[in-house]
Amino acid sequence: MTTRTTILSLPKEEYVHPGNRACTGCSLGIAYRIGLKALGPDTILIVPPSCLTVLQGLFPVASTKLPSLNVTFASTAAAATGVLEALKAQGREHTKVVAWAGDGGTADIGIQSLSGAAERGDDFLFMCYDNEGYMNTGVQRSGTTPQGAITANTPFKGKMQQRKDVAAIMTAHGIDYVATASASYPLDLYDKIKKAITLKGVKYIHIHTPCPPGWGFDTRYAVKVGELAVETGYLDLYEVEKGEFRLTGASAKTLEKGTRKPVREYLQTQSRFRIMSPEQAADAQARVDATWSTYSSGEG
Amino acid sequence: MTPDKKAAAQKPAPPRKPRAAKAAAPQKPTWDIGDIDTWGPDRHELGATIIEAGNSVFNETGGWRSDVPEIDSEKCDGCMLCYFYCPDASIVIEGGKAVGIDLEHCKGCGICAKECPTDAIVMKTDEKE
Repeated sequence: MTTRTTILSLPKEEYVHPGNRACTGCSLGIAYRIGLKALGPDTILIVPPSCLTVLQGLFPVASTKLPSLNVTFASTAAAATGVLEALKAQGREHTKVVAWAGDGGTADIGIQSLSGAAERGDDFLFMCYDNEGYMNTGVQRSGTTPQGAITANTPFKGKMQQRKDVAAIMTAHGIDYVATASASYPLDLYDKIKKAITLKGVKYIHIHTPCPPGWGFDTRYAVKVGELAVETGYLDLYEVEKGEFRLTGASAKTLEKGTRKPVREYLQTQSRFRIMSPEQAADAQARVDATWSTYSSGEG
Repeated sequence: MTPDKKAAAQKPAPPRKPRAAKAAAPQKPTWDIGDIDTWGPDRHELGATIIEAGNSVFNETGGWRSDVPEIDSEKCDGCMLCYFYCPDASIVIEGGKAVGIDLEHCKGCGICAKECPTDAIVMKTDEKE
């Protein structure tokens, strides 16, 4: 068993400076801060348009201490491949290349270049932070917005379609490492990044980041809402290392103790689900139950 | 404008409280490009390149705040959860305990007060100068 990181053993060095332009209570700020501590200084970031670009600062201000390349939406993974080739030509193969995109840049617009890079087996880490919508342009729906959620372009009936499971799509590519994480459990995220950067090929980590203005809850509950998503089983923390599935952290504990809460508790914390029909809520619960029944039978 | 309001408007503003001086704080960069006409190609950066990484510390986001956290260091048991969960790295830690807030950058989200297990941090209404 590998040694667990604790809060006190985290590196003290900060790679994200305060004064960034993220919204008040943005949990991406937590995931980004702890994530960059795991990556360390020898890293080049590739960031498409997203909330993260706003967090990084508006010209001529930069909050990130690491070199960061801002590219177009569709080309994130392709640009990462290009940077890798440039580093190879310069003989700097020790430098890590990390693409960090939002859910729109991963699930909707950027998926073809990501899929292509995964198939080629280029050696970089792709992080997707999932705030379940296009938040910095004004809360539009994306491929990962859950059913029943109110967004700017589904204002009356909520989104009718189901959300896309990007981590499962990436697992189907047969890459070495796929994991899901949550901004409310940054140490779990830290350990997953530390493991991912030791492996070869494309690695994919999907981070759930609660968004106070987009989801409709008070800023101080940003961490609590993320914890509820995990405790209700709505989000399961797992990693698939070389085809081997394993629940991690809080999700493993929930399965072991059988203390999974009803999904309703998570849904009612956010005003975006306020017009959700009872059928949709029951459907959300049924989907979570179906997923978790495969875990308890040991097939997972 | 009513006479009352007029009198209030003429009253001089209360003096600003001096900000606590930071130890060895770097100077805010100034943009002096008065002689740009004489620049050659060697002095122009590539388009949209930011050479200085992490210069956002000069960006004061404290003005976004409506509530301000107050730390009672006596109650703090040094679990570091506030430092860990702060999205803006604005908790000042000294000797393993939370002792203060970086008020120039704290956006007042209240996550630290919510996560503190010993209630050493409470949110108070921010009195603007």
